[in-house]
Amino acid sequence: MLADLLIAALLLLGGGFVLIGSWGLVRLRSTMERLHGPTKATTLGLGALLVASVVFFQAKLGTWTAHELLISLFLFITAPISANMIAKVHMHRLRTGAVSEPASIAGPPPRPANGSDWATFEAPHSGTPTSTANS
Amino acid sequence: MIGVALHFALGCVALALLFNGWRLLRGPSLGDRIMALDTMVINAIALIVLIGIAGGNDTYFEAALLLAMVGFVSTIAYCKFILRGDIVE
Repeated sequence: MLADLLIAALLLLGGGFVLIGSWGLVRLRSTMERLHGPTKATTLGLGALLVASVVFFQAKLGTWTAHELLISLFLFITAPISANMIAKVHMHRLRTGAVSEPASIAGPPPRPANGSDWATFEAPHSGTPTSTANS
Repeated sequence: MIGVALHFALGCVALALLFNGWRLLRGPSLGDRIMALDTMVINAIALIVLIGIAGGNDTYFEAALLLAMVGFVSTIAYCKFILRGDIVE
């Protein structure tokens, strides 16, 4: 009974957050704001659904599976990386003038400190691990 | 109780996939389209997990794990192609 309640609550939470993430993708105005919905709300929603399935298989069928935790660990690692890459794509296309950013609720992001530009616009510095220029 | 919650979650994920499809078709910039595709993959994983719960079958999680990996790699490859004009340099 308690397990039923827990599974149902986790399913409701997960479904709700997945829906909220995609609704943010539709509703928000600029690309950088839209990035928030899928990366945070959808990841949390899927995590809740995966925990629900762990509890379900443990309580109902008596089989202990850890694959779900593996999926959620993998997603929690990869979601920020893909969000970073999408933001980089968007910033480079903004700079080349391929797209124009509509007015957003939060306004434009603050500039980096000491007059430098965003790191993704700079050439890689030699001797750093990210530099592939001379290898 | 689980049945009702399961159907609610399935409806939510289906509606979320529709929203993603709308953004994929509409999306003014390429970043939006990549984002919509990435979110669609995550929602497809959620759908597979829910189907696994509904069927009481834990074989579906292999497919979900594979889809998570392929989705991540394809998103990164698409971004890399737009950024650098090449995938493997």
